[in-house]
Amino acid sequence: MLMRTPIPLIFLLSAWLWSSTAQALLEIHITQGVEGGIPVAVVPFEWTGSGAAPAEDISRIVSDDLSRSGKFELKDPSDFLETPHHGSEVDFEKWRAIGVENLVVGRIKPNPSGGYLVQFQLFDIFKPGSLSPDQPTYRLKQLAGYNLPTTAQRLRDTAHFISDVIYEKLTGERGAFSTRIAYVTATRGEGGDERYSLQVSDYDGHNEFEVLGSPKPVMSPTWSPDGRQLAYVSFEQGRSAVYVQDLSTTTPRKMADFRGINGAPAWSPDGRQLALTLSRDDPGNTEIYVMEVATGNLRRITYNRAIDTEPAWSPDGRTLVFTSDRSGGPQLYRVPAQGGRAERLTFEGNYNARGTFSPDGKLLAMVHSSGNGFRVGVLDLENRSLRVLTEGPLDEAPTFAPNGSMILYATGHRQRGELAAVSVDGGVRARLRLQQGNVREPAWGPFLNQSKERQ
Amino acid sequence: MKPFIRPLTVVCAAALLAACGGQPPKEAPEVPVEDRAAAEAADEAARVPGEEGAEARALPGQEGVQAYPMDEDPDSPLSKRVIYFDYDKSEVLDEYRPIVQAHANFLAANPRARVTLEGHTDERGSREYNVALGERRGEATRRLMLFMGAGDDQIETVSYGEERPVALGHEESAWEQNRRVEIIYQR
Repeated sequence: MLMRTPIPLIFLLSAWLWSSTAQALLEIHITQGVEGGIPVAVVPFEWTGSGAAPAEDISRIVSDDLSRSGKFELKDPSDFLETPHHGSEVDFEKWRAIGVENLVVGRIKPNPSGGYLVQFQLFDIFKPGSLSPDQPTYRLKQLAGYNLPTTAQRLRDTAHFISDVIYEKLTGERGAFSTRIAYVTATRGEGGDERYSLQVSDYDGHNEFEVLGSPKPVMSPTWSPDGRQLAYVSFEQGRSAVYVQDLSTTTPRKMADFRGINGAPAWSPDGRQLALTLSRDDPGNTEIYVMEVATGNLRRITYNRAIDTEPAWSPDGRTLVFTSDRSGGPQLYRVPAQGGRAERLTFEGNYNARGTFSPDGKLLAMVHSSGNGFRVGVLDLENRSLRVLTEGPLDEAPTFAPNGSMILYATGHRQRGELAAVSVDGGVRARLRLQQGNVREPAWGPFLNQSKERQ
Repeated sequence: MKPFIRPLTVVCAAALLAACGGQPPKEAPEVPVEDRAAAEAADEAARVPGEEGAEARALPGQEGVQAYPMDEDPDSPLSKRVIYFDYDKSEVLDEYRPIVQAHANFLAANPRARVTLEGHTDERGSREYNVALGERRGEATRRLMLFMGAGDDQIETVSYGEERPVALGHEESAWEQNRRVEIIYQR
């Protein structure tokens, strides 16, 4: 069953757009579902030091994170009746009056040992019960409170940490704000020559960092499970080869440079294997292989004269999903990671490619077409229903946030490639705007902090 | 053993390798562009540094000199170096078979000539699938050339998928120009 998601543009949260001139902006377009969001007020944090306030506005970053997730209804600061910066200053009646259920307050001061000290508290303004319907009993309950020493360079990280804490406390799910994305940009120079660049940034596009620049195409970046390495495809030598680069170094390691195609790397969940597309055994015919990263040993998975490519691992590492046109056009298939019989998964539409699993393994996002443009679709692997989440016409390369809440993808917009995000329920969209170049092939990295943060 | 260095080696090699060293020699005149030794050809070859020396010293026992056809003769099918494909298809269309045939003939007549067949696709769909599709287009063209008489060691394929469009639009008029195989002679 195909369920087209209705995409009315209910409103644009332009008030939350960043006004800074940072290199990238994640614009927020809430399309639906925000009415059911958790009402939250984030009071602008107070700077108590002498001299200029820090360059980053932490409470603004937190507000943007939360609203972008689509799970919260952010109250407008101009409606606030007071601006407390510590729990002791909060008059809960003034928040109850404007419908706030959760309140974030905080302040920033110079840290005696250098840098800054950020303090924040999250309160639930709740009613534990009422003696009569006319007299509900409200009070404050602190859900989280942190002292966070930080530096000017790490203020954004601190803000994203705060967002993660709030998100987890209020939704019960882990936040994915302290994460990075990788993507490829192509910029046409004045001489008409294309320059390709492999970039890494925070999930919101800030702190962009170029990992690799080349006059030759770069493709298919993918993160190692520990977030320390990227695998990618480069045409540096005039033909495709798969490289792995440790992000703490500048020297890529060549992993696959066989005759023919070397492409579509995908790390196994344990980080020990790379699934690949190679045509080394049969010219012109791509097949799926699995390479042991440590030894380079190869195991061939598919044997079919059709195109087989774009392998993706299930989160338990037991299954590979891949694209094949063995039925005539591209569709997704599933095969045991040790090899075996392939089972076709997609039947709706004439084009389903580049499958990728949600972190819980229950959903498969893909590039889908039923003949009128290419969109991001999500297949529920249990009931096999397909939902189309985006409008097209040239959407591709979906990648899940590590908490499974959002999908980042590449889209054509006004003759340029851009990145956009959509919530898995289709209700929230954001657009990542970079100032120049065509942006494509996003890969959302894993959680950066290894363990769940709990108070 | 077929030493094949004419007295005019210096001029010839610098000017137009094919004209001097087509192998076997008796077939050389059949290749439409080989008898052209115009001044612009000399200019063109002269732009490739080091080529004169390397190619002039075609040693006894070699197969002859490397050759590639000239670009300037619009009447020759050899001057056409691109063939086009239908969407999501890799079969060589009938209308392009004469072009493939001409290049296969040239390769058969010039065993040291080498081509790279670059497969490309339009921008639609996923990128790695398009790399695989571009590879199939290159391979389909290669197999046809082999069938038509080219040598197995003369043809390489490489696929760029959708990464190297020649037309930058986002409609069929651009897409149809990008679904292609480029026949590129090694120089």
